[in-house]
Amino acid sequence: MADNKNNPHEVSDTGHEWDGIRELENPPPRWWTISLYLSGLLVLVYFILYPSIPLVTGSTKGLLGWTQIKEYHRGLEEIQAVRAPFEERLAEMTAQEILDDDEMRNYVIASTRVLYGDNCAACHGVGGQPVPGSGYPILNNDDWLYGGTIDKIVETLAKGRAGMMPAHANLLTEEETDKLVKFVIDASNGEATEAGWKLYNEKGCFACHGADAKGNQMLGAPNLTDRIWRFSGEPDEVRRTIMHGVNDANDPRTRIAIMPGWNERLAVKLEAEEFGDDPEDYYDGTETERLTETEIKKLAVYVHQFGGGQ
Amino acid sequence: MTDPENKSSISTIDIYEDVSDWDVNAGGNKVVAKRMTGRFRKLKWFGMSVWLVYFLGPYVRWDGQQAVLFDIPNRQFHFFNVTVYPQDIWMLSLTLLFFAILLAAVTSIAGRVFCGYFCFQTVWTDVYTWIETRLEGDTPQKAMKFKSAPLSAEKVGRITLKHSLWLIIAMLTGLSFAAWFTDAFQLWKDYFTLQAAMPAWIVLAMFTAGTYVFAGFMREQVCFWLCPYARLQSVMYDQDTLLPAYDAERGEPRGKLKKGQVDSAKGSCIDCRMCVAVCPTGIDIRKGQQEGCITCGMCIDACDSIMEKTNQPKGLVRYASYKELHHNHDSIPVFKRPRVMIYGLILMISFGGVVYGFTHLSPTEFQVVPERQPLFVQLSDGSIQNKYTLRLLNKTQHPIEVQYRISGLEGATLHGLDDLVHIEPGRINQLTAFVRLEEDAVNQAISPLIFTADVINGPDIQIRYESMFMGPN
Repeated sequence: MADNKNNPHEVSDTGHEWDGIRELENPPPRWWTISLYLSGLLVLVYFILYPSIPLVTGSTKGLLGWTQIKEYHRGLEEIQAVRAPFEERLAEMTAQEILDDDEMRNYVIASTRVLYGDNCAACHGVGGQPVPGSGYPILNNDDWLYGGTIDKIVETLAKGRAGMMPAHANLLTEEETDKLVKFVIDASNGEATEAGWKLYNEKGCFACHGADAKGNQMLGAPNLTDRIWRFSGEPDEVRRTIMHGVNDANDPRTRIAIMPGWNERLAVKLEAEEFGDDPEDYYDGTETERLTETEIKKLAVYVHQFGGGQ
Repeated sequence: MTDPENKSSISTIDIYEDVSDWDVNAGGNKVVAKRMTGRFRKLKWFGMSVWLVYFLGPYVRWDGQQAVLFDIPNRQFHFFNVTVYPQDIWMLSLTLLFFAILLAAVTSIAGRVFCGYFCFQTVWTDVYTWIETRLEGDTPQKAMKFKSAPLSAEKVGRITLKHSLWLIIAMLTGLSFAAWFTDAFQLWKDYFTLQAAMPAWIVLAMFTAGTYVFAGFMREQVCFWLCPYARLQSVMYDQDTLLPAYDAERGEPRGKLKKGQVDSAKGSCIDCRMCVAVCPTGIDIRKGQQEGCITCGMCIDACDSIMEKTNQPKGLVRYASYKELHHNHDSIPVFKRPRVMIYGLILMISFGGVVYGFTHLSPTEFQVVPERQPLFVQLSDGSIQNKYTLRLLNKTQHPIEVQYRISGLEGATLHGLDDLVHIEPGRINQLTAFVRLEEDAVNQAISPLIFTADVINGPDIQIRYESMFMGPN
């Protein structure tokens, strides 16, 4: 190096000197100064392009007109563009067809998680398994109150369900109640006694639960002989169900078990199709659609794939 | 007669003297290094030529495809006839480890060899300054003369030519980088027809600007103030490390030639400052080892040529270890130094891992993820059901047919899967499977369960995945 800028004898000082130590005026390296000014310039550019200076109500808007919500909507449009071809095909397909198509089924399983989480998981649990003892039906086993085929699941989602079991507090003696409680628990374990069956038939339980106590999916009457409990297998809980019933308006201690309908219009349509009629004749224009028909189909496939679908 | 003020000013003057001796190169003065031929200059050209691979590599074809291609959109890395998927990315970690330790090992043996001969900053700067010195003079005096000369057509022409050549090299650098990530020939077409994708333009712009600024203007300032390696080097050196060093014992006291002869009363150094003139980072090696030294050996070439002319033995400046220079005894042999042994061991392990990885690349990737919400379900007959997500990636070039089965758990049955599963090459097949076990057979909360995927067509491949079956306590 020919010149030496750092020679203290050649560098001017600020005029400050303490005990012979001078404060020198060594400039920082030029590249450093340039990058400092460039970053300052960048701040200026940012101020002009983007919202920056806070005012009393709001802020300057910036030349680009950028806002967070616009960016969010752009992102949303992007994801919807990716999903659009799938969603369009879904609208044309029946739930059964979706179930049979590997690609569409995988798409539905992957994309319905949020829809299920927003509308269903509060009661039925994230994976179709509600909190034990909460009294909501389990969706991921092979026991179905109204049927576990894909079409039945669609129907349940569209119409909603509310089974009814009358309260028996005034119809049974305490001893009979005790015996029926024991019968129901024994039946679940496959150990029901002759006497138990006799009382079951005498008291008319068979009318809903069937002569073999395997339930009736037309009514939503549960199967009493399997290991799945609609509410709970604890003796006190079984007693409460027998004495106070389910959805019995006349008993204040009755169990409330109501699944709301999510698409009345679809429910009406399904009913019309069942009778071979044109759904247009059935609509009265007041039907609500809390979820779209496509959303119902997606949820049905999602629930079917929990593990219990038939 | 002690005047405290006076005394202190004497000592501060000493400090000032000392400070002024230690120049800090902050880019205020442009380094114009003289170019000389010699052993290390040849070695430097050789090291630099390795970078031709960077420029030419993307055009090598293999089986009609680009031989080395980092296909980011498709998440594949093609290396001749091997295709590496992101699942095998651990090999990249080992490769990076290998080169990081190689750098440390080489540094501990022979200093910043990488900096002096291979580093892109050194190499590109060397090419840029070669162009500059050809056009504007190869000594500070000539460069100053050129700079202060009145503006003429020739001067403007030379400056324009310099910057044009710089920009062409910079753009080639950017284009070559992009060419490793997409089809190289197509990329040229895309650039010239202005059809290239946005990332390609950004890469080109950033590399062009970066090369032009770093190699053209910042040069040794990058080594001094930006490069972290320059800051780390001192912990990798020890007293056995070979470094370009000035033999002060032989050279001092330095003195000018007397009547064309070496002054016998003085040392070997004739203070010609040739070692300083050739240094690309502008340091004086005679002040000892310092941060700016990239150990390129240019000063050795320069000094040797002077020694030859003055009929003195070569090697006044030479590659020598601290021990050799200051304690006059030989360095410990390379493989008896603990740190070299440890570096060597890590090098072998990481290299072995990469070789193992490449020779044992699995043609598939199989994963079984048990459902966690809920862990298990009781069915109406009392049996316990677990749900699993099976993912199988086909890394071969052909479609495969797969059959799944389970083992390791007495009485467990597999449900919900088709008999044969067809998987296209490069695709992941995702399926949901259920495993059921009779209630009586469930005797512990967690039981081991093995999933096996048998590839029915093609090579006899069996892939196992050890999973769990969960049940009530």
